[in-house]
Amino acid sequence: MTDLDLSFTLNGKPVRLHVRPDARLLDVLRYDCGCTGTKEGCGEGECGACTVLLDGLPVNSCLVPAFQVAGRSVETVEAVAPEVTGPLNRTGTAQCGACSPGIVVMTRWLREHPEVLQDATLRQFMSGNLCRCTGYDSVISGVASVLDPKETAGGEGTSA
Amino acid sequence: MKVLQPDNLAEALRLLVEPDGTPVPIAGGTDLCVHWPARDLDNTRFLDLSRVAGLSRLTLTHNALEIGARTTYWDLICAADAAKAFPLLAQAARLVGAIQIQTRGTWAGNIANGSPAADGVLAMMVYGASVVLQSVRETREVPLDEFFTGYKQSVRRPDELIVAIRVPRRAYTFEWLAKVGARRAQAISKVGVAMTRSENGWRVAANSVAPHVCRCRTLEAALNAGRTFTSPQEVRSLLSADVAAITDLRSTAEYRERVLSRLIFYRLAELDKPSGHV
Ligand SMILES: Cc1cc2nc3c(=O)[nH]c(=O)nc-3n(C[C@H](O)[C@H](O)[C@H](O)COP(=O)(O)OP(=O)(O)OC[C@H]3O[C@@H](n4cnc5c(N)ncnc54)[C@H](O)[C@@H]3O)c2cc1C
Ligand code: FES
Ligand code: FES
Repeated sequence: MTDLDLSFTLNGKPVRLHVRPDARLLDVLRYDCGCTGTKEGCGEGECGACTVLLDGLPVNSCLVPAFQVAGRSVETVEAVAPEVTGPLNRTGTAQCGACSPGIVVMTRWLREHPEVLQDATLRQFMSGNLCRCTGYDSVISGVASVLDPKETAGGEGTSA
Repeated sequence: MKVLQPDNLAEALRLLVEPDGTPVPIAGGTDLCVHWPARDLDNTRFLDLSRVAGLSRLTLTHNALEIGARTTYWDLICAADAAKAFPLLAQAARLVGAIQIQTRGTWAGNIANGSPAADGVLAMMVYGASVVLQSVRETREVPLDEFFTGYKQSVRRPDELIVAIRVPRRAYTFEWLAKVGARRAQAISKVGVAMTRSENGWRVAANSVAPHVCRCRTLEAALNAGRTFTSPQEVRSLLSADVAAITDLRSTAEYRERVLSRLIFYRLAELDKPSGHV
């Protein structure tokens, strides 16, 4: 197998790498770019732990062959602003944390695209992010608190 | 492993007839990449469709909706006009996996993959969709309900790509789709059913109850003849000519046929109520 010469934009910066031709985007991020924030849960598209934004849309990076990423833009959990992660830290959204990178990336995307929530619920949009610890209610309330800080019941320091 | 990455359709079609053997087309990869790490990819040749120009269109005209080969579920959800014209396509799109799958998975991939559980196929079939196949030799259009010939088998030849899907526009007086899975989201269908009624009559399609997504023509004929039902069992006896459910890891044949007939019976019963006329 000859290496794949791969150039793309990662979190706003150009990168150029030689990777295995059968590498998945997930592998490239973790092993070639050192962005280990993105986690592998299932490796088959079910759990959402590996969620990243590809050209601005959420995708499971375990199902994206690296060869399809050339010339495109990838954003990972490392590029998410503290305004997103801060409230999640205070709402019990993470316990073991395995699912958290995907949840953080989804939260960022929903925050930047509030219009998508007009036709489907927050729970529907978060249904591809499995969490074995929290029972989901604290995931949903955490994400909701980021999207609309005023809505947080008993939220701390969120009044504008 | 080798990847071929043409940027135009003519080149893509030419690569399919190269003497080195037929490469495997890859679009969103949501079916092909599932067992990726466990596969021996050394001798596989992929034909990457992600750079082929002109394949991601979604065109709604007076007469039809044309879905390009690389058009995703999310593309359709975002195209308000198309989603409104074909509500079952929008509903099916939101039922496929979760958002991370919907942004990558394509309608054409759903057809080409040939799974009996395909949700996109179910919705397209009750709208009378047809599949546009192209090779270096010819372009032909095959009705979706004649596309599959067996489990993961179809009339598509190895030298053909699905280049588009055409869904005719008709006035419908009834459009309905239901999916039963282990959970409401991110679950493969145990039983799925869709029904439409237009001036051309009823169309009923079911998934996960036969080797491929299929039309239920005996039931259609009965409905077209004005037949009504007094029990789910009556629906089930008719359906036995249309479907052949099996027992597998997701469900049993008994469960599938029972649930399918009950879903249909109770939905039709609602229509007979005073407010529910078709
Ligand atoms: C977690 C998860 C959940 C899922 N949930 C559902 C679900 O609820 N319902 C459902 O129906 N499906 C589901 N799927 C399956 C999958 O997402 C769909 O079948 C999707 O539509 C496949 O499209 P793709 O572009 O990703 O296909 P790919 O994986 O790229 O290709 C699939 C097959 O089609 C062939 N192919 C692709 N494009 C063409 C073309 N233009 N011409 C000829 N051949 C072509 C490929 O060679 C391959 O054999 C799920 C998958 C995952 C991983
Ligand atoms: S690791 Fe990608 S979805 Fe689970
Ligand atoms: S916090 Fe453990 S999986 Fe979600």
